[in-house]
Amino acid sequence: MVSISMTVNGKAVSGEVEPRTLLSDFLRVDLGLTGTHVGCDTSQCGACVVHVNGRSVKSCTVLAVQARDDEVTTIEGLAAADGTLHPMQAAFREHHGLQCGFCTPGMVMSATDLLQTNPDPTEAEVRDWLEGNICRCTGYHNIVKAILSCAAELRGHKVAAE
Amino acid sequence: MAPDGIGAPLRRKEDKRFLTGQGRYVDDFNRPGQAYAYIARSPFPHAGITGIDKASAEAMPGVLGVFTGHDLAADGVTGALPAGWMIHNRDGSGMRTPGHPILQTERVRYVGDPVAIVVAETLAQAKDAAERLEIGYDELPHVVGTADAAADGAPQLHDEAPNNTAFFWSLGDKDKTEAAFADAAHVTTLDIVNNRLAPNAMEPRAALGDYDPGMDQYTLYTTSQNPHVARLVMSAFVSLAPEHKLRVVAPDVGGGFGSKIYVYSEEVACAYASMKLRRPVKWTAERTESFMTDAHGRDHVSKAELATDADGRILGLRVRTYANLGGYANLFGTATPTYLYATLLSGQYIIPAIYAEVDGVYTNTTPVDAYRGAGRPEATFVVERLIERAARDLKMDPADFRRKNFIQPDMYPYETPVLMTYDCGNYPAALDEALKLADHAGFPARRAESEARGKKRGIGFSAYIEACGIAPSAAVGALGGGVGLWESATLRFTPTGQVIVNTGSHSHGQGHETTFAQLITSYLGIPTDQVEVVHGDTDKTPFGMGTYGSRSLAVGGSAIHKAAEKIVAKAKKIAAHLMEAAEVDVEFADGTFTVKGTDKSKTIQEIAFAAYVPHNYPEGVEPGLEESAFYDPLNFTFPAGVHIAEVEIDPDTGVVEIVTFTAVDDFGTVINPMIVEGQVHGGIVQGVGQALLENCVYDLESGQLLTGSYMDYCMPRADDVPSFKVGMVETPNPSNPLGVKGCGEAGAIAAPAAVMNAVTDALGVEINMPATPERVWQALATGPAAVAAE
Repeated sequence: MVSISMTVNGKAVSGEVEPRTLLSDFLRVDLGLTGTHVGCDTSQCGACVVHVNGRSVKSCTVLAVQARDDEVTTIEGLAAADGTLHPMQAAFREHHGLQCGFCTPGMVMSATDLLQTNPDPTEAEVRDWLEGNICRCTGYHNIVKAILSCAAELRGHKVAAE
Repeated sequence: MAPDGIGAPLRRKEDKRFLTGQGRYVDDFNRPGQAYAYIARSPFPHAGITGIDKASAEAMPGVLGVFTGHDLAADGVTGALPAGWMIHNRDGSGMRTPGHPILQTERVRYVGDPVAIVVAETLAQAKDAAERLEIGYDELPHVVGTADAAADGAPQLHDEAPNNTAFFWSLGDKDKTEAAFADAAHVTTLDIVNNRLAPNAMEPRAALGDYDPGMDQYTLYTTSQNPHVARLVMSAFVSLAPEHKLRVVAPDVGGGFGSKIYVYSEEVACAYASMKLRRPVKWTAERTESFMTDAHGRDHVSKAELATDADGRILGLRVRTYANLGGYANLFGTATPTYLYATLLSGQYIIPAIYAEVDGVYTNTTPVDAYRGAGRPEATFVVERLIERAARDLKMDPADFRRKNFIQPDMYPYETPVLMTYDCGNYPAALDEALKLADHAGFPARRAESEARGKKRGIGFSAYIEACGIAPSAAVGALGGGVGLWESATLRFTPTGQVIVNTGSHSHGQGHETTFAQLITSYLGIPTDQVEVVHGDTDKTPFGMGTYGSRSLAVGGSAIHKAAEKIVAKAKKIAAHLMEAAEVDVEFADGTFTVKGTDKSKTIQEIAFAAYVPHNYPEGVEPGLEESAFYDPLNFTFPAGVHIAEVEIDPDTGVVEIVTFTAVDDFGTVINPMIVEGQVHGGIVQGVGQALLENCVYDLESGQLLTGSYMDYCMPRADDVPSFKVGMVETPNPSNPLGVKGCGEAGAIAAPAAVMNAVTDALGVEINMPATPERVWQALATGPAAVAAE
C-alpha cells in the first residue's frame, strides 16, 4: 500500500491504496465520488473523464499514484457551490443531451475541456473531439447541439464582460 | 391547460441528478460489509466439465467463498432460466428448449458461460482466486455459424434438440403464396445476413445481493428493465426464494436496449452468495464480460423473395430464415425471431400472400435475445431491402413503387396475412413529408456534384412499421407467451396535494419521470414539480411487466390514465359533498372541481386534504385518495414512418459517409416532442451502427469471440454520423386512451435498410451489413462475386 494525497474538487484528500489502484477506483470507491463512471476498461468510452490540473483525462487509464499532488475535478465539482449548474451542464439539460445519464459525466467533462481549448468549434470539430466518448442513447445529435450552444453562450458572455 | 402537460417539450426532471454526478446506478451502491464477486467462466466454446476443485481458490487471501452449481443445487436453488415463449413447430410439436442452468456443472456451451462465483474481501482478491480455481474441461467440437448449425454432422449442443434445432416454425399461407409466385411477372430474390450485434448499454451489468438473515429477506440491486419479472423468474423458475422474500431494486439503469430484460446468472449467484456468506456481495461486469455475456441481438440468415405483377403490384412475399439463438434460449429468445419478426413482414404494403419459415438454431455462442426492435428490425430489413431491390429491377422509382403498394389511409382496420390488424396510419403522408425534408428532388444534382468529385452518391428509403406497446394478454397467450403483458399504475395523493405515481414500467433513459408527470399535469392539474414518479423497486411499485417493446407509455401510460380517471371519479363525490351539490352538477377541469353555473369551486388538492381529514365527508366513501389500475391493451400499436439515408462513398477508401439522414415518424399523439426526437436520434445511430460499423464476430476455428472490446467492436461515435432531419406525422392511436404508439425502437428498426439501400444504390451491387470500408472497397474493386464468397 502507498500513501497518496491530492486535491479533489477543491478539497485536500489522502488515502492508502494498492499501487495498481486506478484513479477512477480511488475516486469511486475510496472517496465515494460515484459520478465518475467506468464503462469499458480500455480507455475507449470516456465515461470516466475527469479533469486533472484542468485538462480532461480518462481516469480509468491513470493510476491513482500518478495523480499524487494534482488538482482533480470530477463531475461533482463542476457546478457552483450554491448548486447552480455549470453552463455546460445547463446546456445538456436544455438541449436534451442526455438520456440514461451514464456517459453524461464524461461527456460534460470532456466538452468543457474542448471549449477551454477551442472556444468557437465547428460542428465537425465538436464531433471530432467527442471521438473518445461513446454514447449509446442520444445518437450524439443533442450532445453536439448542447456543446455548440454552450460555446456560443460562453463567447457571448465573454464579449459582454469585455 | 397546463403549460407543462401533454405536448410540451418539458425539460427532464431526472437530468439534474445525472448532470451533477448524483445518479445512483447499481455499482454506485455500497452496503456495509460488502464483499466482491468475480465469475469464473468457460474459456472454451464447448466442453464437458470433468471436475471442479475449489480448494486452491478457497485458500487464497481474502476469499470468503467459492460457489458452483452443485452448491446452488444442494441449497435447493435447483431451477434454470426459462425461455418465456412457447413456439410450435410446423408439424405441431413443441419447441426444444432445455433450461439454462445458473452455473454450469456438466457442460459449457459458449465462451463466457458461467461456472462459479468467487467472493472475496476485495475485487482484486476475488480475481486472483478465480485464477486458482481448477475446473477440468474436456473440449468438444463446436459450431458458431448460423447457417452451419443445423447441417448434418454439426456438433450437437443439447441432447434434447436434434440438429441443434430449437424450433422449425412457419407463419402464413404456404399454398397461396406459392400460387402468387407462380403467377408473378417478376420475382426479386435476396440473400440477407442480419448481422449479430452486442447491445452495449454504456452501463455494464451489475448485481448487488444483500441478504437479511433476521428477516430472511433477499434484496437484489440489479441492472434490470423489469424488476418484477426478474423477481418472478428468480422465484418461480430458479427457486432462489419465494417472491415475498425477494426484493428486486433496479435503480438508475444506464441504458438497456433489451439486454437488461433477460434474467442473468450473475444476479442469482450474487443473491445466493450473500445468503450463504451473510455479507452483501457485489458483481460488476467488465466490458469484455458484457460483450461475452449480455444477450446479443439479431443474427439471421435469410433467403427472401418478392413476387410482383407486370404493373408493379406486389403479389406475394416469402422468406426462409435461420435464426441463431446462441447456446440457450431465454426470455424473449424464441419470440423475437418468430412472433416479433414474421408478423411484420407485410410492412406498410398490401401483400396478398406471405409465407415465412423460421428455424431457431443453437450454436456455441452467447445467447441471442431481444435487442432494440427485437425481430422488427429484421422484418423491416427483409421487406425494405426487397422493395427497394424490386423497384430497381422493375426500373420504377422506389418512392413510386412504395406509394403504389401502400396500404391506404382509408383501409383501416387492415388485416395483414400474418396475424396483425393495423389500426391506423397514413403512410403516403409520411413518405411525402420525408421526400420534402430530404429534398429528394435535388438528389440528381447532388449525385452529379459528387461524381464530379470522384465520389459515389446513393439514396435509400426505409418505410418501416413496427408492432409496439406489447401486448394484449389474451393474444400473447394464444401465441405461446408465458405471461400477460398488461401494465400497472398506482396514483397516491399526499394530504398536502402532491401526487406519487408508482409504475410497473421502468425508466433507463426514456425519461418516464418527466413524461408521466406531464400526464398527471394534464389529467389532474397538478404541476409537474409536485409529481414524483417511482419505479424500479418491487417493494414500492405494483407488479408490472417492465419496459421493452416501446410499451411504457402506450401500456403503462394508459394504466396511469385509468387510475387518474378513478381518482377524479372518487374526488368528484367528495367535492360534490363539500360544495353541497349533486355529483352530476360537478365538473372537473385543470385541477379544479366546479359546480356548473355557479362560482363554487374546490381544487383537487383541497379534496385530497379532505379525503385524509374526513371530518365532513360523504357517506359510504372511503377516506384517502389513492387508486390503482391495471391496463391490458386492446391491440399492439403500429408506429410507422419513412426514413431516407443519403450516402457518399469514397471509391478509393471504401468509406461510407452518411451525408444526410431524414426521419419522418408517426408515433400517434406525442406527449413530449423533445424526448421523442431524442429517442429517434438514438435509434437511428444504433441502426447506422448495424449497417456500417457493428458486428459480433466469432472465429470459426476457435469459437472465440473476436469482438470483445471497444478496440475490436466498432461502436458508432460522434464523428460517424451527421445531425438529423426529423419530422412527424400524427395519426392518433384509436386503441388506447392516450392515442400514443411508442417511439423507442423506430430508428433502430428503420435505419439499417435505409442506409443499405443507399449504399447499394451508390455501389450498384448488393453487399451485406456491416458495409465496412473493406467490404465496400472489395465490392467496388472486384465486383459482387468476391463479396458473395466472403
